Amino acid sequence: MVTLKELSTQELFGPGHRMCTGCGPAAMARITMKALQKPAIIVNATGCLEVASTIYPDTAWKVPWVHTLFENTAAVASGIEASLRKEGKADAVDIVAFGGDGGTFDIGIQALSGALERKHDFTYICYDNEAYMNTGIQRSGATPYGAATTTTPAGSKIAGKTDAKKDLIGICAAHGVEFAATASVAFWNDYITKVRRATAVKGPAVIHVLAPCPLGWRFETSQTIKLAKLAVQTRYFPLYEVENGNYKLSMKVPKPTPLEEFLKPQGRFRHLFAPEFANNLEELKRQVESNWNRVARLCGEIPAPASPSPSQPAN
Amino acid sequence: MNGDEAVAFAAKQAQVDVVAAYPITPQTIIVERFSDYVANGEVDTQYVCVESEHSALSACVGSSLAGSRVFTATSSQGLALMHEVLYVASGLRTPIVMAVANRALSAPINIHNDHSDMMGSRDCGWIQIYAENAQESYDWTLQAFRIAEDHKVSLPVTVNLDGFTISHAMEGVSVLEENEVTKFLGKRTPMYKLDIAKPVTFGALTLPDYYSEFKQQQVEAMKNAPPVITSVANEFNGISGRQYSNLSGFNMSDADAAIVCMGSVAGTARTVATKLRKQGKRVGVLKIWQYRPWPTQEVARALSKVKCVGVIDRAVSFGAPYGALGSDIASTKVLTGTQTKIFNVICGLGGRDIKPADIEGIFERALRHAEGAPIDDPSTLLGVRP
Repeated sequence: MVTLKELSTQELFGPGHRMCTGCGPAAMARITMKALQKPAIIVNATGCLEVASTIYPDTAWKVPWVHTLFENTAAVASGIEASLRKEGKADAVDIVAFGGDGGTFDIGIQALSGALERKHDFTYICYDNEAYMNTGIQRSGATPYGAATTTTPAGSKIAGKTDAKKDLIGICAAHGVEFAATASVAFWNDYITKVRRATAVKGPAVIHVLAPCPLGWRFETSQTIKLAKLAVQTRYFPLYEVENGNYKLSMKVPKPTPLEEFLKPQGRFRHLFAPEFANNLEELKRQVESNWNRVARLCGEIPAPASPSPSQPAN
Repeated sequence: MNGDEAVAFAAKQAQVDVVAAYPITPQTIIVERFSDYVANGEVDTQYVCVESEHSALSACVGSSLAGSRVFTATSSQGLALMHEVLYVASGLRTPIVMAVANRALSAPINIHNDHSDMMGSRDCGWIQIYAENAQESYDWTLQAFRIAEDHKVSLPVTVNLDGFTISHAMEGVSVLEENEVTKFLGKRTPMYKLDIAKPVTFGALTLPDYYSEFKQQQVEAMKNAPPVITSVANEFNGISGRQYSNLSGFNMSDADAAIVCMGSVAGTARTVATKLRKQGKRVGVLKIWQYRPWPTQEVARALSKVKCVGVIDRAVSFGAPYGALGSDIASTKVLTGTQTKIFNVICGLGGRDIKPADIEGIFERALRHAEGAPIDDPSTLLGVRP
């Protein structure tokens, strides 16, 4: 693990950008740029980070940076990598792609899948604030069950999103990438270690980093890091890595904080505490537990359920 | 070789740094042949086999911004899937060269030739060239790199070749020696690129205060293109003996009636015009090579003495008074005061043959209008079952 003293004081993601107060993705971008050890080229999907950091004629980026569209970030990175390979410069540069959860889980998943399959040497970082925040808080494939967004509002009949969050790391790991990991902006040194590991990989690597959005999650702007921490401490967002198919928990949570402590400060979950939606709250808790157990099993922390023996009759 | 092979051979001789492409009929032979060159070590090209046309052009944009000479090819649905990326490629001023083996768009699905794919993306800000045969496809592909990469232009170029009619038809093609091509094209020298030594932000959010200025620069780049095309074409003539321009007239100087068209149908039109000339009928053919930027003055000059033109469109512009080419001829008339009468024939959709008899019918109709018969049907779909 790195220490603060070892980190560069240089700000390659410069101050003066127009991200919101308390923005998780802004913290993510700043830490990422401090983590990188080689000169970098950044490819940025359409989203908050892109629109708020490069309003012409200003730019917050002190490195080569390109934005083209929403869903093609991994494809653009592929093309840049192909050019660097042709010039024999691929090893001298880190190509880092940033996409939000919408640009990664949903509209960009095809381009990401293709780039992972082709084994381009780049690092894809999905900063996940669990909805389309740039367009005004619409649900994405990364929005958790029960969360209210502007397209899954908490109505009188339906209590927010009815579907669960996708398993992005599972999808990426299934492509056989050498390194994939989750991270949280609250645990900056774990994140930096993972960014360094990801960029060191020859081939593609993926990091899925939770980056809370005060506006979309509806919490006090001073609480971003606290919530990013609680997400991990409540087992809501397990931190783990997958290296060559082997899952490893990055942070054990033997005594989880009650999930309510993560949910209650957030307006997007407020309706779950109404008596009529008590079952929905229970369902979200069940999903969080089930996901934690799934990850813990994959990481060998808890034994896998015994598989039925073929000699035994079913039921 | 066929048209697709001619294009692939041109891309090989151009020593492109990166190709990112996805297969689609009738373009596929281009990427297949190019794959052979890669597999046999005949080119030093990074070939990225992407998972869609959207990613194909996206990867090309990335490579072009990184400073590479870039080529790709597509057709029909593939071009439609690229649609939003086409605007990014021109807006970011990436000099990508793309061959489009023109094919009809779904629905209903049809793999054969018309121009509905490229016309659907007509306003994407690319220079658009239409070839008549395999030779022209080869020649224009080579010239396209010089045009695109010229700093006064710095725009992407499509070289259009009619699907199957050109892409799959075997013809004799005269090719240049590789060293001549290398000398003609030189190396790409990008004005700006993704360079760690000199960081640049590409694709910034541009709001109402600056967006129009960006578009104006693209307008100016388009205006800069014709003289560059002329000079590239003249230089190309020096090494190939084949002279290109923005358009090509056949028996136009004293024609009373003419056909205006693009692509492979021009050959049929010339053959029929020759036959009618022998009958004493003063007909000509105006073939447009350079569809975008549209050569307004050159078209006006070519049509200045023609009494009536039949404009052949290979795509329907639904609900519009004319097809796309018809509209451009009509605009030319308004802008330049040319007195030519216009009627528009839409034909050859989804690969339907345009037969000499169809062309003869268009000439005869143009001659009747030239002699004063009124045009009561300005835009017609030719030869459709009742």
